[in-house]
Amino acid sequence: MLSFFKTPRIRGGVHAEEHKTATAALPIVSNFPLPKKLYIPLQQHVGKPAEPIIMVGEKVLKGQLLAYSQGLISAPVHAPSSGIIVDVNDYPAPHPSALPIRTIVLETDGMDEWMETQVAPDPFKLNPEEISFRVGAAGIVGLGGATFPTAVKLNMGRENHVDTLIINGSECEPYLCCDDRLMQERAEQIIDGVRLMLRGMENTDAINRVSTNAVVAIEDNKPQAYVAMRAAAEPYAQIKVIQIPTRYPMGWDRQLIRYVTGKEVPVGCRSSEIGVTIHNVGTAYAVHKAIRYGQPLLGRVVTVAGGAVKRPMNVEVLFGTLISELFDFCEVNKEEIARIIMGGPMMGDSLPHAGLPTVKATSGILALTQSELKNTDEQPCIRCASCVSVCPAGLRPLDMANNIRINQLDAAVDIGLKDCISCGCCSYICPSNIPLVQHFKYASGEVVARQQAQHKSEQTKKLIDARNARMERIAQQQREEELARIAAKAERERLKAEQEALV
Amino acid sequence: MMVHMKPSSGAHVGANNSVSHIMWQVMLALSPATAFGLLCFGWPAINLFIITVLSAVVFEAFCVRLKGRAAKPVIMDGSAVLTGWLLAITLPPWAPWWIGVVGSGLAIILGKQVYGGLGQNLFNPAMLARVALLISFPIEMTIWANVSPLFFSHSPGLIESWHITFLGLDNIDASTGATTLGFIKAEFSQNHLLTDILKDYSGFLNFIGGTRGSLGETSTLLLGLGGIWLIRQNIIQWQIPVSLLLTVALLSGFFHFADSEHYVSSLLHLNSGAMMCVAFFIATDYVTSPNTPTGQLVFGAGCGLLIFVIRTWGAYPEGAGFAVLLMNSATPLIDYYIKPRIYGRDRKGKPLEIPKS
Repeated sequence: MLSFFKTPRIRGGVHAEEHKTATAALPIVSNFPLPKKLYIPLQQHVGKPAEPIIMVGEKVLKGQLLAYSQGLISAPVHAPSSGIIVDVNDYPAPHPSALPIRTIVLETDGMDEWMETQVAPDPFKLNPEEISFRVGAAGIVGLGGATFPTAVKLNMGRENHVDTLIINGSECEPYLCCDDRLMQERAEQIIDGVRLMLRGMENTDAINRVSTNAVVAIEDNKPQAYVAMRAAAEPYAQIKVIQIPTRYPMGWDRQLIRYVTGKEVPVGCRSSEIGVTIHNVGTAYAVHKAIRYGQPLLGRVVTVAGGAVKRPMNVEVLFGTLISELFDFCEVNKEEIARIIMGGPMMGDSLPHAGLPTVKATSGILALTQSELKNTDEQPCIRCASCVSVCPAGLRPLDMANNIRINQLDAAVDIGLKDCISCGCCSYICPSNIPLVQHFKYASGEVVARQQAQHKSEQTKKLIDARNARMERIAQQQREEELARIAAKAERERLKAEQEALV
Repeated sequence: MMVHMKPSSGAHVGANNSVSHIMWQVMLALSPATAFGLLCFGWPAINLFIITVLSAVVFEAFCVRLKGRAAKPVIMDGSAVLTGWLLAITLPPWAPWWIGVVGSGLAIILGKQVYGGLGQNLFNPAMLARVALLISFPIEMTIWANVSPLFFSHSPGLIESWHITFLGLDNIDASTGATTLGFIKAEFSQNHLLTDILKDYSGFLNFIGGTRGSLGETSTLLLGLGGIWLIRQNIIQWQIPVSLLLTVALLSGFFHFADSEHYVSSLLHLNSGAMMCVAFFIATDYVTSPNTPTGQLVFGAGCGLLIFVIRTWGAYPEGAGFAVLLMNSATPLIDYYIKPRIYGRDRKGKPLEIPKS
């Protein structure tokens, strides 16, 4: 009975139709033809954009550094193939707005010629600092979609004496299977990556030494991946592979942390502060490739699926490949596409067209038909509270949306707008088809904009006040000088008069 | 190849549900009890039911047209039909036509549209209308027809039913009587004891629904089954019905145990009046009940308490309508104080502290 109460609770969430069967059984396709041109955005991660160090017209080799990481939270970008740099300019970003961002355009030469790579013979002899340095230099970011620089997380893990490393293999978004296939086909490499991550987080400080254990969590709708990963992790006592219930959003890092460790990450803290850190399986694989083979992050496995896709698949592509080329390869019926989505259907963003590049965050590209989409015919809220019961963060989406609708953004912030993770459960379940997440994203952006505007007006006011004070000071000074001059003049005249009187 | 730009963020897929689907499921759950009531009370009841539902739809269409919007999509969401339906089953089965029309007008116009339409109202429209009718027209609202099933020889035929519905009932004493709760209340006022009062009471008949009472509220069995089906369909949650029924059962059980001659037993309470209808279909109205499971438990318990108090010590034999309206007005307060805890924060909304280890 006691254990019943101790069972880690899963809060909220939905069980969305999975749509995974189309691609889950197919091996990862790795013969995607090398694109003629690659469009490599300089911002493919959270943080500051990378700064280019190549010139237009320069010839680069595969894996060569194109742009270095700027600042503490940033990641470098490398050449996905060999060829010539033809442009460094603004091109549309893979974002709902498709606004231009700085992008390097690489014309491939078809040779796919690697640069020389440096590999340590036994990576486990490397310093932990050296491992995270190499991970950072390889441009590895969280491949689950958050794209937070992995090296930063490893460093934080080392500094905060993390005792649990969770490897997120839940892949809870419908349609997506790239992590599932990766675990099935490359389990040993992933486990090797996990071991390297553990080494990278090891604290060599003898006094506060904490031994870190890894837990690979896989949703129970992926039994084959579970078997493969279990077998691969068998020899290593510090790595445990567990099955977790299939329920979206199980892969939300904080939900998974609570489920696996029973701990809750306080608002405003990083998970490492409570001794837990979490990485995606794809990231672990990228770490394996970076440390064992010296290969930077140049591409990833992308799920291409959806009703309009004739040959849905998981395909390994280079960053910078245009989505339209992927669609041609997967024989997408362009007439049937009602919406293109980057990522999963719950949290992904819709893209305005297919002329956009794939980036580090692209776990999937979905071409959905009208019948697959949620009805957008909005009806009044009937306060059914389904959104309250499915919210994994414990928010009240209906009240937040009502406040936003009447422009009471501060009230929405007060009841938890900033704690919204945009998981999409509320929008998914809403019987009135209210686009709740859309409301929240709008409001969050608007709150930031208003704060900036307020900050600006305060700054302006400060400047004006300072100027007024300065002018006042100058006027005062002038008045004083004037008075002094008059006094001096009077004094001079008095002296003159005295002298004249003497004479 | 421009694709529709509309919603740019998720969820792009959705659960297979809609407002009208929910409304129709509730009506489906109500239909066995309603059909049984119509069967029991015959043609006049059928007339009243049709008039009430139709006029609810007409009033809804009228209000929506006044707002300058197309009426058809709003009618099709089924909420007006459901409101009319719920009102109709709480009316005395042989009430005259204008009771249905006035009731629907009160429910739709005063109960719902003046607040801004679906989802905006503070009070349950059907209960608001019923209580307003009861206070305004106490005589018409307390004439309870005898059970006179369709096609029985002594039941009114189709033509006669039109006379009853449109011109009024001629021989009131012959074809009407008191409900169980009304009878008990009247007898108590003459200082009779419960054992004498309940000599002719049949719990089984009340359970099936073959007794005097509101049009579709008599059958504990069918309403209960419909309600349980709704819970299984995940249309309503168990919290409100369970806490409401449990509160009434515990309170009445306690008083009955203490003084069984002056306080009615739990079973009789649960088995009579509007209890089942209110617990499963009225109090669970999404719009006017709290949003959180705990809030719903409080709401249900409050309804149960008020029903028991009004039935036992109030002037009316049945207090379900008043109880629900009173608790409706407390819903915003309940929602203000009972909120889910946000992840990573304590109940007051402060960030959790980092555990020392």
